[in-house]
Amino acid sequence: MSDEPFDRDAAIVGGGVVGAAIARELSHFQLRCALLEAGPDVGAGTSKANTALLHTGFDAKPDTLESRLVRRGHELLSEYAPKAGIPLERTGALLVAWNRAEEAELDGIIERSQANGYGAIRQLGLEELRELEPHLGHGASGALEVPDEGIICPFTTTLAYATEAVANGCDLRLETPLVGVNRIAGGGFRLHTGRGELTTRYLVNAAGLRSDEVDRMLGRERFIVTPRRGELIVFDKFARSLVGRIILAVPTKTTKGVLIAPTIYGNVMLGPTAENVNSKQDTGSTAAGLAYLRREGKRVVPELVEHEVTAVYAGLRAATEHADYQLSIDSDGYACVGGIRSTGLSASMAIAEHVRDGLAAAAGLRLESKVDVATTRMPNIGESFSRPYAEAERIARDPEYGRIVCFCERVTSGEIRDALASPIPPADLDGLRRRTRALMGRCQGFFCGARIAAMLDEAGVRPTDTTRTPAP
Amino acid sequence: MRARAPDVTDKPTVVIVGGGPAGLAAAIEIRRRGVDAVLVLEREPHPGGIPRHAQHHGFGVRDLRRAMSGPRYAERYALAAAEAGAAILTETMVTDWAPGGPLELTGPRGRRTVEPMAVVLATGCRERPRSARLVPGTRPQGVITTGTLQQLVYLQGRRVGERALVVGAEHVSFSAVATLAHGGARTVALVTELPRHQSLALAPAGVRIRYGAKVWTRTRVSAIHGRPWVEAVDLTDLDTGAVRQVDCDTVVFTADWIPDQELAVMARIELDPGTLGPAVDPSLRTSRPSVFAAGNVLHGAEPADVAALGGRHAAAATARFLAGYADWPASRLPIVCHSPLHWISPNALSPGCGPPPRARFALRAGKLLSRPLIEISQGGRTLWSRRLRRLVPGRSAGLPTEWVDRVAPEAGAVEVSVHA
Repeated sequence: MSDEPFDRDAAIVGGGVVGAAIARELSHFQLRCALLEAGPDVGAGTSKANTALLHTGFDAKPDTLESRLVRRGHELLSEYAPKAGIPLERTGALLVAWNRAEEAELDGIIERSQANGYGAIRQLGLEELRELEPHLGHGASGALEVPDEGIICPFTTTLAYATEAVANGCDLRLETPLVGVNRIAGGGFRLHTGRGELTTRYLVNAAGLRSDEVDRMLGRERFIVTPRRGELIVFDKFARSLVGRIILAVPTKTTKGVLIAPTIYGNVMLGPTAENVNSKQDTGSTAAGLAYLRREGKRVVPELVEHEVTAVYAGLRAATEHADYQLSIDSDGYACVGGIRSTGLSASMAIAEHVRDGLAAAAGLRLESKVDVATTRMPNIGESFSRPYAEAERIARDPEYGRIVCFCERVTSGEIRDALASPIPPADLDGLRRRTRALMGRCQGFFCGARIAAMLDEAGVRPTDTTRTPAP
Repeated sequence: MRARAPDVTDKPTVVIVGGGPAGLAAAIEIRRRGVDAVLVLEREPHPGGIPRHAQHHGFGVRDLRRAMSGPRYAERYALAAAEAGAAILTETMVTDWAPGGPLELTGPRGRRTVEPMAVVLATGCRERPRSARLVPGTRPQGVITTGTLQQLVYLQGRRVGERALVVGAEHVSFSAVATLAHGGARTVALVTELPRHQSLALAPAGVRIRYGAKVWTRTRVSAIHGRPWVEAVDLTDLDTGAVRQVDCDTVVFTADWIPDQELAVMARIELDPGTLGPAVDPSLRTSRPSVFAAGNVLHGAEPADVAALGGRHAAAATARFLAGYADWPASRLPIVCHSPLHWISPNALSPGCGPPPRARFALRAGKLLSRPLIEISQGGRTLWSRRLRRLVPGRSAGLPTEWVDRVAPEAGAVEVSVHA
């Protein structure tokens, strides 16, 4: 290492779904990579609090980078997910118009879809619509079917990327915020982090909500991230039979509107709102937002709002003043991946490919394939796929997979043990929830919260403030 | 787990789902009535249910005729059930139960199915968490239910925060203040949206003098702040609309119970719209033949001893059913509650159903009612009416059963309402 001029060949700033995808991609080559994340876990910002849909990109603005990368990302992630154990269900989506004005938009949406290279979209008759989704409210005046839209586990996706990157030698540095960057004379970058300095030949800015701040550290001022908050309500699994597909609204100029979708964990999701906020930490839900969502939900699937609510959360989209992604690659080896708004999950693998090829073409990144590329297979936490509690042979081999600890979500002590021993272990209860579904259910810890907190404690997971009660 | 004769757990005559007070009391009584092969399924590592972590005194008064602590009470029931010859499988959860099909069990000993002659559902209830109550704000740690609080403090001997806010002012809310104190936290206040607390007359003075906690009525928690821990809550005065912020590092959501009725839903057993638990007749028979339900799976929480007496009652009905003395009713009449009444239990009537547990119907209201005139009617015909002293949310009033004889089998639903 010592005769190398740089500590790392490539450093990626930001351990969200996009940064992790880039780290995974670069880790397949003979490159010494580092993935820097300010927080204690990967995928713990915008990547954990979104609608968790895998988009086809049918409604993107044609001829944009976003349109192209979402389409390609859909293709790549659809192929990767089953191999990596990422739960993905191709439920299909129905885009429903509720009045004449919305109905008039449908033809344009079909045209746009075709311009985006997605031709499987089709108009649905109202009778067919009711047959497909009998619990839909009255008053629909037209609908489109988008058969390839899907639901995906956003937690497992980021974790799979990061785990595979680590397995291929990527150096994951958590709790390592970037505080400053200097260009090194003759090429490369000196990163000043909360945990010391690091030099790298190539630098990728995938800092999401803070991508504008990192861009400014590099002396560029190309965009400003205005966090756009989306509040979401997750309904009890008992509501799952109410919807078979993703129910989309007709998009307006400013928003894609409120959607109702099954979740990969067997619940039903309602949201998001779209509201610009001042703070990049403002992930609180609001009374007004929740009331608005419930009104919309009641209109679209009236029975839905009679069900119990299992969870409420809010996430921030990294929106900018520009309509497209802010993705640029400088000849000095700096790649800026900013303004990845709400489609980052869908486009993640294509963004990684784009950055890889861009750095090679524009900045001379040498891509020599590794002889052995490690693959990864994540434990399944999707409701529609087999889970350990239901696998008799597995329980016979290891009784811990039959010992259910979180009853609502049927999470076993074997899975919790595995998560705690995984290459990227959880940093807190929320991290464990994202890896196993523990505490994600309707009781929110009433029955198992204390026991699971104790399991985390025993594993030494909570480094700070051990006198306090970790609670869901 | 003690080793059991394999026939009991493989081919049980009766399966009781849930090893809390109702389930264990049912097991003891069914065994006492001479039924062999009684199997209790408990998903926790130990039988006993919620009393295991409810340290306060006063358990056992109605059923055992003596008062003791929750853990002591749970232990006594678990021992008595084992002594009575019931098999108790712990860490065993019913993971599937299709309508008409067998129960599928999952535990560290593996997966298998059982097909008993009768099932008693005794799965209890839980408190609605913050999310189900739609309280906005951030999602910090330190926001818990009483169930979690009790387990943290009493089962694990942990400390909680230092300044707590308790949401709710029922019996359980006041007991949470004591639990918090045990865990090292001072309770700033108990808040309720109702105009007065719903516990014993002296409860507020008790927590004020002993713990320095206040009771704030007509107050809503309108937001939670902080990250990663709770730092403060917004409290809205429901009369003036004024909002103030109160610093705290722990928020305990108490009461607001909901039956843990997942199995009933899975088996397509009819639920009562008021209780949200299985609809049962006075013999605690559900809509599904051979399936009984008892205890707090039927409705929001009643005290443990009341749940145990319900279990005993269901056991008697189960034994009669197994002996062939009682056919499953082909049809039944619902008992419907009208607002501001919240629920009644039992909530269905069928021919020859006998008296309900403790020879009374439990009635709950959604708001405080002083001197309400309760009327039970059928098809516009008054069957019974009387003025009660008062109805307090979270506490049941007992209605007598003498009107049941006047119900006409063909005259439709029985209705319970409050007259102005």
